[in-house]
Amino acid sequence: MPGFDFSNYNRNAALHARGVPLPKATSTGTTIVGCIFDGGVVIAADTRATSGPIVADKNCEKLHYIAPQIWCAGAGTAADTEFTTSLISSQLELHSLSTDRKPRVVTCMTMLKQHLFRYQGHIGAYLVVAGVDPTGTHLFTVHAHGSTDKLPYVTMGSGSLAAMSVFETQWKGSLTEQDAVNLCSEAIQAGIFNDLGSGSNVDVAIITKDKTTLKRNHIKPNERSKKLKSYAFERGTTAVLKEKIITKKELGRFVDIEEVEPEGEKMDVDT
Amino acid sequence: MSALFSQNPLMNGPNYSFSDTPVSHPNEAHGELREHRFNPYTDNGGSTLAIAGADFAIVAGDTRLTSGYSIHTRYSPKVFKIGGTTADQKDATIVLSVVGFAADGTALRERLDAACKMYRYRHGKPMSVNAAAKRLSTMLYQKRFFPYYVYAILAGLDEEGKGAVYSYDPVGSYEREMCRAGGAAASLIMPFLDNQVNFKNQHIPGSGEGHAIQEREKKPLLREQVEILVKDAFDGAVERHIEVGDGLQMMVITSQGVEEHYLPLKKD
Amino acid sequence: MDHRPQNWGRPRDDIYGGYDVSYMAPNAEPNTHTQSPVVTGTSVVALKYKDGVIMAADNLASYGSLARFPSVQRLMPFADTSVLGFSGDVSDMQYISRHLTSLSIDEAYGVQDPLNAANLHRYLSKLLYSRRSKFDPLWNNILIAGFDSDDKPFLASADLLGTTYSSPSLASGYGSMLAQPIMRKYASTEEDAAKLTKEQAIKIVKECMKVLFYRDARSLDKYSLAVVTRKSGEEGGGGVQITQEKLEGMSWKFADRIKGYGTQTV
Repeated sequence: MPGFDFSNYNRNAALHARGVPLPKATSTGTTIVGCIFDGGVVIAADTRATSGPIVADKNCEKLHYIAPQIWCAGAGTAADTEFTTSLISSQLELHSLSTDRKPRVVTCMTMLKQHLFRYQGHIGAYLVVAGVDPTGTHLFTVHAHGSTDKLPYVTMGSGSLAAMSVFETQWKGSLTEQDAVNLCSEAIQAGIFNDLGSGSNVDVAIITKDKTTLKRNHIKPNERSKKLKSYAFERGTTAVLKEKIITKKELGRFVDIEEVEPEGEKMDVDT
Repeated sequence: MSALFSQNPLMNGPNYSFSDTPVSHPNEAHGELREHRFNPYTDNGGSTLAIAGADFAIVAGDTRLTSGYSIHTRYSPKVFKIGGTTADQKDATIVLSVVGFAADGTALRERLDAACKMYRYRHGKPMSVNAAAKRLSTMLYQKRFFPYYVYAILAGLDEEGKGAVYSYDPVGSYEREMCRAGGAAASLIMPFLDNQVNFKNQHIPGSGEGHAIQEREKKPLLREQVEILVKDAFDGAVERHIEVGDGLQMMVITSQGVEEHYLPLKKD
Repeated sequence: MDHRPQNWGRPRDDIYGGYDVSYMAPNAEPNTHTQSPVVTGTSVVALKYKDGVIMAADNLASYGSLARFPSVQRLMPFADTSVLGFSGDVSDMQYISRHLTSLSIDEAYGVQDPLNAANLHRYLSKLLYSRRSKFDPLWNNILIAGFDSDDKPFLASADLLGTTYSSPSLASGYGSMLAQPIMRKYASTEEDAAKLTKEQAIKIVKECMKVLFYRDARSLDKYSLAVVTRKSGEEGGGGVQITQEKLEGMSWKFADRIKGYGTQTV
């Protein structure tokens, strides 16, 4: 059976009736924006993910890939935005392959709204869909209940009002690519500094008919201040009750060991 | 509805391991409507911290005032001088920090200040920290059934000139301690303080095997060390708590009086 | 002797009669208070500048989602030195305003200096806090603008819970989400605000009122704008000046590009 597994539904309903709260999901209490310019579209997002008042991730990615020329910015429940966008991305890829055409933004938007409407808002994904296809440049918002909007500039998430105040004061009918990037960055920064649900850095994606440029951490206005002293402990500070060392050689008797160079983003830690 | 699932009529609770999970809204959980009531409290966020030294005490707090996801202001002090002879408190020797519901914090601070001033008027001498600490406790307990929703920390120098920090719960239970963090990021800062001020979980390397290992000796920190710990504690809290930020206000109480410092913190 | 301890130290029933319980509950039902606002005003915005404060609030009093009273003054001058901006319940606003008018008349007979904005803010915050502590709140968020005891520009807020705070720029209601980001860009600190001229500050506040009209469904394009300056300051123009404004220079040019909400193209 494809789709969601509902086998725990009755158990959870019983637990809920007994007053057991639902587990807390990581939410991207977010600022996301999008803006059309002459020749393409820009979307941008902040990079803070929260769980209640705690910052769960200081540099998460809220710009999701759908197709080479279609990207999504997601607000709401982190898992829902990630899974919904990747599901639609897969379906759109297959659709594109079987029709032998480039995917269209309206197709993506319609698939998203039909998927979300079916789940009556229980999938908490609030999305900004943007892209360029053979029919032109498009920008949409999709709400968790399945409603959509089509506007030249859009904002979503907890910082949407802060970001919208920037668009309502500075937006013009005709913008260059650089204007649009600056305007979107300004809007995200308004969210970062005025909305507690948003913070850290600005991510930007620029989509034109020729290419998509993803500017991860385009602006970093919140660099972490350096600690005033080192908190490295002298070796042996922690009490050890039992010690057992398994060498690489011993482990090699059970599994094959291969040396791999560390790669990708390193976690932000103290010395 | 609940009786249907209850396996234990005596306790009227489930007999599986979820039984001690706190119920947030007992009526709402059953899908019943509740009468709308005026809520006289709000949480204004922010965090405070106090550390006692051998001959000084430091009280610090961030200056952000929030409600929900909004920042009301980036500068609203949470640390106050108490019991001076004048309105500007320049000869005060006691410091109070309040965090939680800001309006209750202001009311409590003004009441304690008035009490200290009355004491001075009646007895012709300033109030000692331990007397002020007891007075604050009774003030909080007087409102036991409509509490001041604040986490208060009182600091000063005791009669021997040693740093003294008293921490409170909202209904007046109090205790003298070496250090205490209060407010939104208390659960983030307190373990750091336990480790760095009281040297919890720190041992002397090579002093013994297993349980025989010796704990690191506890001794009061120097003022410079404490100032560094306070700044680093808040820098850490700002990174991981959304309600903490904007500015750090720090009061240092020594035999010379009270010094006040302000440092900027991250504003996102 | 009566050997029941609960009767020791009390007036004896056999001499004075039993206690009349009816004294304890004069009313059959408990007292009830207003628990939610009815006719309401939306945001108030205010910004400090070099030598004073600018404040603005639109002239609408809503009844739920109905735009009920379209010409209500929500800014109130006090003693020609301060301005109050009210959002929230309009009847509570009128109660406070009546109360303050009589207070200002009483004060005018006094010999000491008239109440300044800082004094007024303190008075109102105590009033609001005491009412919330009686579970009978005055359902308002009030901004108070004027000058403090050192004759420096003063701007502060007091809400229905008695929470008080002050900042170079303040806004209540939707203004705290839509207007504050705009004002903070120009005046994030007291020093920045002290560099603004009157003209710059008015322009910023007017911009905020425009954004609020664009985006707040309970707002109006008619609003009051107050300028508070030192009485001794400008030639003949000091004190409180409240003017009635209409929004100008609105732009709806994005509208002709919009076709539907999804797949529609015509």
